[in-house]
Amino acid sequence: MTHPIPPGTRDVLPEEMRELRAIGGRMRQAFEEAGYGEVHTPALEYEEVLLRGDERAAGARYRSFDDQGAVLALRSDMTIPIARVVATRYTDAEPPLRFSYLAHAWRATDRGVGEPREFLQAGIELIGVPGAEGEAEVVALTIAALDAAGLRRHRVGVGDGALYRDLLTSFGVAEEAHLPLLEALSRRDLVGLEGQVAALGLEPEKRDLLVRLPQVRGGADVLGDTPGLEGLQTLNEQLEQRGVADRVIFDLGLVRELGYYTGSVFEVYDPAVGFTLGGGGRYDELIGRFGRDLPACGLALDVQRVHLAQAAEEALG
Amino acid sequence: MSGLTIAVPRGALFGGTLDLLDRLGIDTAEVRSNDRRLLFREAGIVTMRPSDVPTYVEHGSADIGITGKDVLLEQSERKVYELLDLGYGHCEMVVAAADHGDPIGDALRRLGRVRIATKYPRVAADHFAATGRQAEIVEVKGSVELAPLTGLVDGIVDLTATGKTLAENRLRAMETIAICTARLIANPVAHKLKAAEIDAIVEQVRG
Repeated sequence: MTHPIPPGTRDVLPEEMRELRAIGGRMRQAFEEAGYGEVHTPALEYEEVLLRGDERAAGARYRSFDDQGAVLALRSDMTIPIARVVATRYTDAEPPLRFSYLAHAWRATDRGVGEPREFLQAGIELIGVPGAEGEAEVVALTIAALDAAGLRRHRVGVGDGALYRDLLTSFGVAEEAHLPLLEALSRRDLVGLEGQVAALGLEPEKRDLLVRLPQVRGGADVLGDTPGLEGLQTLNEQLEQRGVADRVIFDLGLVRELGYYTGSVFEVYDPAVGFTLGGGGRYDELIGRFGRDLPACGLALDVQRVHLAQAAEEALG
Repeated sequence: MSGLTIAVPRGALFGGTLDLLDRLGIDTAEVRSNDRRLLFREAGIVTMRPSDVPTYVEHGSADIGITGKDVLLEQSERKVYELLDLGYGHCEMVVAAADHGDPIGDALRRLGRVRIATKYPRVAADHFAATGRQAEIVEVKGSVELAPLTGLVDGIVDLTATGKTLAENRLRAMETIAICTARLIANPVAHKLKAAEIDAIVEQVRG
């Protein structure tokens, strides 16, 4: 007899559960040892509170009503709930604040078959440390946590989510023309992007830069000759001091979908698998929307994907 | 040898793709002489249906691949990077109907909706929705041209290179939805971790 469960959810049985627990536990320990205390927040939140954080990020498809008629939503990430916690429970605490979590989030995807809608995330949030210093700490700790989880070949991609937008503005491209270009960029539809850039009618050097930039990725040497990369150069120096610069790939075309990122963005890769293991970035305005103006950045890893990567690395030997 | 695994589409884009790989210095003699084998490890080539190319590339089983823009439009949710328009395999995605009268217009005028057969249900549905017309999409697997001839539908959405097959079935293109050519796509992780190998190919193709 088969009794169905909702699409995108699954049952985890003991053999896999042991491995997931082991991986999650080792990452949690790495976070705790670095001073990132673990927090728990409710899976259900008031939708209007989540929407205050970010309209798109809060666009959880799982909603319900409570007995008072208020709209409840399952959180789609932990960053917004933690921003809420900081603004309500740490109103006077001296920054920096460091938090970690090992918790489920829910996102309904359009893609029907097999795509998880409930996933376990291990992540960190660093609040009150601005700029490259905070970002380097988050990237270095992510790499260390994945080392602890048993990965050996993982890399972190680092980009600047504001770079392309700023470049368009400095070239005098009207604000309302940005969106289709940024959408093509976020899908990395480089053919479509090149066509759109050509239609802007800019001078050849500017046009070439807009076409070339999303293809620039690699070590710190790629940061050399493009204007507006001072932030990433500083970040690279900080990463060198922490001894993790060789694990980082700078990617000038990297943008992430979530609306609350304001600067650097991160993605995590492992050569053994074709998908990203997680991501994050700097969100300097989010906590301010809840009433306490603090710069912050963070990163979340998908524990199941980390497990898949670890198994794939093991198979490669 | 590029050090990459390349997904190569069999079918209409096969010849053009192998010619391209030859120009890149990848030995395709073995692939050309053997149309049953699917995996050519020494050349780093896997061959498959064009519509499977985004699947293998998204998963990372192939680092890069070549497929038609028609496939990418239909599978727009695939997480792959579209790197280059390769120029060959030029086709048009069109709305076509009987070459006499106006069956699509008639259906919309009298019934308020039109029936459309296609192998590209999402492209077709999006096109009619975007142009404010209600369309019932009928997905077929074989020759789409048959559907309007038998009265199953009022029109079709299909890919046409020369218009010859349409004409032979007394159909004509009424609207162009998109121009489709072969595209080079890449796995997002390989695009970062094998950047030098992928860039070498992109630069060679760009010439």
